[in-house]
Amino acid sequence: MTLNSVVIVGAGQGGFQVAASLRQEGYQGAITLIGDEPGLPYQRPPLSKAYLLGKISATALLFRPMDFYTQQNIELVHDQVVAVDRNNRQVRLASGRAVPYDHLVLAMGAHNRPLLVPGADSRGVFGIKTKADADELAPLAKEARDVVVVGAGFVGLEFAAVAAANGATVHVLELGDRPMARAISREMSDLFRAAHEAWGVHFEFRQGIGQILIEGGKVSGVVTSEGKTLPADLVVYGIGVIPNVQLALEAGLDIDNGIKVDSNLLTSDAHISSLGDVASFPCLQNGQKLLRLESVQNAVDQGRAIAARLVGKPAPYTALPWFWTDQGNLKLQIAGLSMGYDSTVALGTPESGQLSVLCFRDSQLVAVESCNRPGDHMAARKILARPPRLTPAEAQVPGFELKAWEAANRD
Amino acid sequence: MPTLTFIEHNGTRHQIHGEVGQSVMQAATFAMLPGIQGDCGGACSCATCHAYVDEAWADRFPSATGTEDEMLDNVTERRANSRLSCQLVIEEGMDGLLIHLPASQY
Ligand SMILES: Cc1cc2nc3c(=O)[nH]c(=O)nc-3n(C[C@H](O)[C@H](O)[C@H](O)COP(=O)(O)OP(=O)(O)OC[C@H]3O[C@@H](n4cnc5c(N)ncnc54)[C@H](O)[C@@H]3O)c2cc1C
Ligand code: FES
Repeated sequence: MTLNSVVIVGAGQGGFQVAASLRQEGYQGAITLIGDEPGLPYQRPPLSKAYLLGKISATALLFRPMDFYTQQNIELVHDQVVAVDRNNRQVRLASGRAVPYDHLVLAMGAHNRPLLVPGADSRGVFGIKTKADADELAPLAKEARDVVVVGAGFVGLEFAAVAAANGATVHVLELGDRPMARAISREMSDLFRAAHEAWGVHFEFRQGIGQILIEGGKVSGVVTSEGKTLPADLVVYGIGVIPNVQLALEAGLDIDNGIKVDSNLLTSDAHISSLGDVASFPCLQNGQKLLRLESVQNAVDQGRAIAARLVGKPAPYTALPWFWTDQGNLKLQIAGLSMGYDSTVALGTPESGQLSVLCFRDSQLVAVESCNRPGDHMAARKILARPPRLTPAEAQVPGFELKAWEAANRD
Repeated sequence: MPTLTFIEHNGTRHQIHGEVGQSVMQAATFAMLPGIQGDCGGACSCATCHAYVDEAWADRFPSATGTEDEMLDNVTERRANSRLSCQLVIEEGMDGLLIHLPASQY
């Protein structure tokens, strides 16, 4: 079947990438990129860090200027898709317009898990997802004296670092017993805990939020699940995200913690692909078990893979997951997936702020977490791109360097 | 608006416009230049924006910092004038800036 029209739902990181890569691959048919946020497609990572700090401009958030969409003949539609009609192969928009497709790409991303406590809907309570959130938050973040962050995940801690740098007193509530517990090793967690504490951040572990206190319609404090009262003029929460599967669910597509796709990123309908935060894909590095990842790398590489398939170059998606987060002067980079690791080898020292933790499972290297050791991260990405033969014993030899090992072990 | 010239590995020349205050990476991606990807959006985290600053221009930019320098250690064919172009900010008086592109970002 010739492909004359591709419709993409969601103009975020993944949706944009599919559109751009399709043109790069030489696809000449129609592309309709439909997004429900105002303005041109933009990147989210700076929203909780550089952009909030005023270090980069709103233009620097954009993937491309308006000219790009015109010149590349990508129709950018600001509207919300309200239904997918698989029988007639078209999507319906809130405005009533129907857009037919030969192939549909679902890239709706995810929304923040909401805070479900009394007071959560008052002024001064924020999740960070969109540029609109960041624009509203930025001036308040500059003036806030007492900040409470709910959830010691990546976004929460990035914001905690920003608030501390702005001079606020910051408390972080976390149900677990260490920062970023679900994603990183204890060694690396400990380094970040010490760094945040040195910046003046106070952690309240094994505590959730019980209630938000309001005065004059504005936040004045929070009561933790343990009954502790903390003053607050700003509350920012980052307690996970929920994939935007509603459209796919209503259209009868298979869902499994996200829109279920196969190794070619096709949904249970061969005319519909999905990617990014909303998609659950069989992940090579996860033993082909379904996984949903929330990262730029995942959205970008999956976008490229879908575009390549649509122009007739199908290949199973196998890209190595990698991720970064910037907190204060620390850059944490993760290559691979550490789930289920059973031993670690550390390179560098936590005291120096420069540390890499090599995570092994059954003596196989599965992930490398690097803090302010970007050379290790880049070497790890090369090593992990193929079944790695590095053993814990080799890595434990004094003076071991990842970069040197990588150079010596190329085929 | 400063004009920047990029020369691809195969010799193809491209002239594009950049804005003062913009990064060379963003000027390149905004102009749809082939060869600069910028996957991480300028966070100095991906090394898909590698470029060579022409010798005549190299000292117009502050030299590579710790992170950039270490990331560069792993690019294909690092040279003395290798830079991650997301870390190069276009300034007043950079009209004519000449950048050479590597054969590949991987
Ligand atoms: C604050 C923040 C910081 C981050 N920092 C990092 C980082 O440092 N490193 C990293 O690797 N990753 C980071 N991420 C994650 C990364 O940005 C996401 O994984 C990535 O944006 C996912 O891309 P996506 O296309 O799947 O979804 P998104 O980029 O979220 O795009 C989805 C789009 O679809 C739209 N949409 C949804 N439903 C509809 C509909 N029915 N009709 C029309 N449009 C619709 C949404 O409004 C949204 O604009 C961060 C995310 C956030 C929020
Ligand atoms: S754009 Fe990623 S390092 Fe320059």
